[in-house]
Amino acid sequence: MSAIEMSGLSKDYTVGFWRKRPWRALDGLSLRVEHGEVFGFLGHNGAGKTTTLKILTGLTFPTAGSATIQGLPIGTPEALRNVGYLPENPYFYDYLTPDELLDYFSRFFPMSAAQRRERREIVLEQAGLIEFRKTALRKFSKGMLQRIGVAQAVLHNPEILLLDEPMSGLDPVGRREVRNLILQLKAAGKTVFFSTHILSDAEALCDRVAILHRGKLVGVGQIAELLKRQSGFEAVIESCPAALLPRLQALASGTVTASGGHHRLEIAEEKVAEFLGYCTGNGVRLLSLNPLRFSLEDYFVELLRASELASERAAIGSKTS
Amino acid sequence: MTRLQHPLQLLGMVLLLLAAWGASALVQVRVDRELAPERETPETLWITSGTTVRALSLGHQALLADIYWTRAVQYYGSRLRDRKTDFSLLAPLLDITVTLDPQLVVAYYWGSMFLSEKIPRGAGEPQKGIELLRRGIAANPDQWRLWHHLGFLYYWELQDYEQAAKAYQEGARNPDARDWMRVMAAAITEKGGNRETSLFLWSQIYQSTEDPTVRANAARHIDGLTAEGDIAELERLAQQFREQTGRSPASIAELVSQGLLAGIPADPAGFPYRLQPDGTVGLDTASTVELDYDRAPAPPAPAAR
Amino acid sequence: MIASQILAIARNTFREAVRDRVLYNLVAFAVIMIATALLFGEISIGIQKTILINIGLSSISIFGLLIAIFLGIGLVYKEMDKRSLYPLLSKPIRRWQFVVGKFLGLNLTLLVNTVLMSLGLWAALYYLTRSFQPEDVHIWTAIYFILLQLCLVTAVCLFFSCFTTPILAAIFTFLIYVVGSFAADVRDFGRLTENSALESLMSLIYYLLPNFSDFSVAGAVSHGRAVGGYLIVLNTAYALSYSSLLLIAAVWIFSRRDLK
Repeated sequence: MSAIEMSGLSKDYTVGFWRKRPWRALDGLSLRVEHGEVFGFLGHNGAGKTTTLKILTGLTFPTAGSATIQGLPIGTPEALRNVGYLPENPYFYDYLTPDELLDYFSRFFPMSAAQRRERREIVLEQAGLIEFRKTALRKFSKGMLQRIGVAQAVLHNPEILLLDEPMSGLDPVGRREVRNLILQLKAAGKTVFFSTHILSDAEALCDRVAILHRGKLVGVGQIAELLKRQSGFEAVIESCPAALLPRLQALASGTVTASGGHHRLEIAEEKVAEFLGYCTGNGVRLLSLNPLRFSLEDYFVELLRASELASERAAIGSKTS
Repeated sequence: MTRLQHPLQLLGMVLLLLAAWGASALVQVRVDRELAPERETPETLWITSGTTVRALSLGHQALLADIYWTRAVQYYGSRLRDRKTDFSLLAPLLDITVTLDPQLVVAYYWGSMFLSEKIPRGAGEPQKGIELLRRGIAANPDQWRLWHHLGFLYYWELQDYEQAAKAYQEGARNPDARDWMRVMAAAITEKGGNRETSLFLWSQIYQSTEDPTVRANAARHIDGLTAEGDIAELERLAQQFREQTGRSPASIAELVSQGLLAGIPADPAGFPYRLQPDGTVGLDTASTVELDYDRAPAPPAPAAR
Repeated sequence: MIASQILAIARNTFREAVRDRVLYNLVAFAVIMIATALLFGEISIGIQKTILINIGLSSISIFGLLIAIFLGIGLVYKEMDKRSLYPLLSKPIRRWQFVVGKFLGLNLTLLVNTVLMSLGLWAALYYLTRSFQPEDVHIWTAIYFILLQLCLVTAVCLFFSCFTTPILAAIFTFLIYVVGSFAADVRDFGRLTENSALESLMSLIYYLLPNFSDFSVAGAVSHGRAVGGYLIVLNTAYALSYSSLLLIAAVWIFSRRDLK
């Protein structure tokens, strides 16, 4: 049994005032998150990440598909008992203090008064808000609100955390704190499913990532795997005669750039052997050959571009057929 | 909110505000005085139907009844004060009042009085007063005093002693009614319009309320009746004088010297009575007592029972 | 667990209302109104106590109504708009618990407010009469009926708050209150008319919309008369059943709503 299992989740909205058009926010999302994973959910703003999280927490209802959390169907109190949720740009009752807010939220779980008090202390400490525990929330900055948001998410020590842009609005210190928190949670064996568009965070924290684009899942897997697949080499050669360039261009992935007597090009891993052969055979002097570390960002951009292309072709196809 | 630099600044601000308000209030007073003669309070009743007002009251009809009653009282009072004789809005105002709150008995008591007293003391419409009281009786069968007011109206304004006695009798049937109700029924049946009866009833009215307007009115009648009693007594003494001396007395003082009177009596306003040339007794010209000559006690009705 | 969760929401709703400063102004205003009633009685003949009770009850009723609408319209909408609902509904509770909790919380607020204003009325009454008569106890019946009315208004407001904006909710609630106050006239109008179709329509409207006219007993109470026990029972039953109807409808609507 997976921690979270989504099967064909779709969400349609109608937009527009006079002529209502249907808009598909989520299109057949199927995904599994295993226990103990830190899973990153990536995508542009508006890709459908928040919609997915809202569906999982029962705030929004899917148009099609189903999902379970620890085997229990979503949208039921049973499923939510072990879930902690941090919404994007959280807003809490601004007339309450952190103490009061945490006390209030803790009453929704089967905890005794002593347990409630204990957990409150622990999470306030963790969030670094002990000093502000009696300050009304309306006086909190965005970063502090984010912290109290994390605090209320872990309040009842849930097995599964659903975090929507947990790093948003935080300064570097805050972001490091949240990162450490997520690592702590992982060390404690919790499952963390968080959405973000900050790829460096995902790279640093996640075991696996999924990439969402325009409501569709376009890529999922271990980071190492994804990046490895896309890695290659960067070659710098001495300027060569123009006649050789077309062949070099064909071998390269990307354009060949010239600067100060050199040519720079990127070669995919499988083409390296051929390239080397060509250079040797034609007297092209190789100055350096270095493996490229393909970042998640690059992967992301590539993937998105490919997806765009695919949907364009599909659109044209449907128009002409 | 900016913090004021100095408590003196705050004080200055407050004083400035007070001064400005004081000035505007004073101007208002002056304006009112200037415009007073031009300002007629045009009394208008926008909605004349009691049932409509009731429907519009959204459950607050009891309060609206009080408001309309107050309006009626002020309307009556202002007419009296300004010596106007047009009481045309009185009946509609009272109608609305009792439609909104049929249990507001004071409206029946005094409303009927305002309606039935002769102009300029009232609207001079005793029939409307009777209608109002009958409405009140229908809605409040346990309020025996309504019968008293009804009986009194018949007695005083209409001199309909038969109806008056009937009313007192009806009211006397209520176990809570005072004994004098029964006594009144009998007295009116027997003696018709009678000064003692009138005095008693007006005193009842006087004692039954704290309101100055009604009390003043009742007191005025009581004084008038008392004065009439005094006058009748003085005339009787004058007649005695004639019998004893064979001539008419020249003044009240003569009655005193004749030994018929202990001293010169004063009317309830404190003015001495005067002997008229024609032998009748009258009030001093400066006296404020009012006699209801047209209410001169009628001869006893023939015993009909 | 379910009950304590609902109570937690109710308590928090109460706390929110109490910390909303609007409330204090209205309550103070009502108390001032009752004080002016003492002046009012001077200019009218013979009915000072009656006027005091009438003004007092009317003020409590009107201000209670204003508070109910002011707070009621934002009850659900504010939470949806500001998204404070997200962390709340992601807790293991069902949506109906949220609606019921809000309803109870607002009723608790109105209860406390009404009691405060009533104390003002009793203080003024004591100042006027210097002693309490046995028939004064019926004033509590009138106040209880006001509370029942407010309970109904709260339910109406909550219902609208689940799917419209605060301004529309306020307007609709107020209109329904006005029409509901005419309810008796609507029914009578239907009976008087010759047209049977119109009569059926009037009957429908009469039974469909909440009837507020039977809750006004100021007229009896300010003259020291008792209110029949049967009316107390019936009014209570009516308020409870009609409020339940509205709550069920509100829950139904709210349970199906996607939160933006």
